[in-house]
Amino acid sequence: MAVPGVCLQDFPLWSGGPTPGHFYNFPGNSKMNTGKSHTMYPSTSGTSVVGLVYDGGVMLAADSLGSYGSLARFRDVKRLFKVTDKAALACSGDIADYQFIREVIEQKVRDDVCGGYTRELNAGALHCWLTRVLYNRRSRFDPLWLECVVAGYKDDEPFLGYVDKIGTAFEAKEVATGFGLHFAVPMIREAREKKQNLSCDEARKLLTECLKVLYYRDCRAHFKYQLADITPEGVTIHDDLNLKKETNWEVANYISGYE
Amino acid sequence: RHQNITGVVDGSQLLVMFRNQYDNDVTVWSPQGRLHQVEYAMEAVKQGSATVGVKSSSHAVLVALKRASSELAAHQKKIMPIDKHIAVSISGLTADARVLSRFMRTECLNEQFAHNQALSLNKLMERVGAKMQIATQRYDKRPYGVGLLLAGFDEDGPHIYQTCPSANYYDCQAMAIGARSQSARTYLERHLDEFRSSTREELIRHALRALRDTLPNDVELTNKNCSIAIVGKGEDLSIYDDDDVNPYLEGLDQEERRGGAGGARDAQPPAAPTAAAEEDDAASAPPPPPTDEQPQGDSMETD
Repeated sequence: MAVPGVCLQDFPLWSGGPTPGHFYNFPGNSKMNTGKSHTMYPSTSGTSVVGLVYDGGVMLAADSLGSYGSLARFRDVKRLFKVTDKAALACSGDIADYQFIREVIEQKVRDDVCGGYTRELNAGALHCWLTRVLYNRRSRFDPLWLECVVAGYKDDEPFLGYVDKIGTAFEAKEVATGFGLHFAVPMIREAREKKQNLSCDEARKLLTECLKVLYYRDCRAHFKYQLADITPEGVTIHDDLNLKKETNWEVANYISGYE
Repeated sequence: RHQNITGVVDGSQLLVMFRNQYDNDVTVWSPQGRLHQVEYAMEAVKQGSATVGVKSSSHAVLVALKRASSELAAHQKKIMPIDKHIAVSISGLTADARVLSRFMRTECLNEQFAHNQALSLNKLMERVGAKMQIATQRYDKRPYGVGLLLAGFDEDGPHIYQTCPSANYYDCQAMAIGARSQSARTYLERHLDEFRSSTREELIRHALRALRDTLPNDVELTNKNCSIAIVGKGEDLSIYDDDDVNPYLEGLDQEERRGGAGGARDAQPPAAPTAAAEEDDAASAPPPPPTDEQPQGDSMETD
């Protein structure tokens, strides 16, 4: 098989061995000193998510904007999705990381269905699993840049939980991410002080009001949004909702330089 | 080619298996489409002492007959807790059983850690089945020589599962495996309709009666050789050994035993024996085990 013009370098006897001048990773060593650095900032990002527990279910809302820094770049990004009949998830932060974790979770649900398991993934289990995943990633200095809200049911009880990119996790009756934490959560708490158990309509009105305030005040917010309603019967996601018509920008006339 | 005939005793049956040129490797099929190594592994299960599992609509129970390798040794533990809601009873190679138990415990712990919930029985069985199957399809492994009876309680209610060295697993209403377990299975079949509505105590008594039917005439269930595990609705797993078994043995009606009375049993009082009498029985019981219970070839510790 002697072919002219072919030398030993084209048919290496040993491959993967030490190369002069380069670091060599000994096989079997899990600690890789490759000096790789991972992206530590989000690129296309989503803003606040707001959620609350009401009398009869849980509600989640998030707007449909993917911001590229201060540019309102993608105005129909679906940041809220139904996991199973017992759980829904919404994320703020890096959209690419959200899309990645959504694929992983959807495959998880598919595996359960294919295995014929009778117990579907509920909100409590999803919340716990997500916490473990996000904390593990942060510990490896390779975080998924997300702030997630998990809403749904766990053992017939309504469940609402928050998980962070650094693995902070907690359950509460009202939960929000980003600017929502500063604007929406106090609004919800004030409404609850007046009336402990909110009905479905009251909850929806309150959530829409929160999103409206966020649209006024958050520079990275948008008027198109999604709303998810989780009841013992299942998950309903309302897409392509618009609060633009309910907003009042009269105050803009008083700003010099507006015309 | 040479053929040897090896007879394997299982209770009252004499199974005759031909030793042939297709049974040296688990990766070799016989012309009849059988894997002889897997079938030989199933024989190891029949060498272990009997264990019975039964479930009602609210509870799952395991009872097991513990064997002691000599008078000096303690009776070998047969029932292993896996989680707060699962226990497993073994028959066959104890060492193989421990490996599988450790695997099951890890799976349950992982579910608790990652999902903050108890592992569903059907999920666990799939993973155990997948693990055991690997050993039936590799030339450098051998099948697990142990049969398991799993009792568990999850969101679908109580479960009894049986596994075989063939890596098959079966969802059962009731089951018995091990030496002379056919008699126990006969009892279970006869009383199958009563189990679903049994109370907790009735269920344990059914299991103990089934186990008693596997004993030779001169051996009795004592608190030394009997183990009970129960799990159910609103009740975490409990495993009873030694003195904790006494209240359940007392409830057994000795007279009803299949196989008729033996000479030793006439001396016993017709009423249920008291706890004190139970202790005496344990002390004066014949040195366990009688010779016909000994496993063939004592290099393998089968229990």
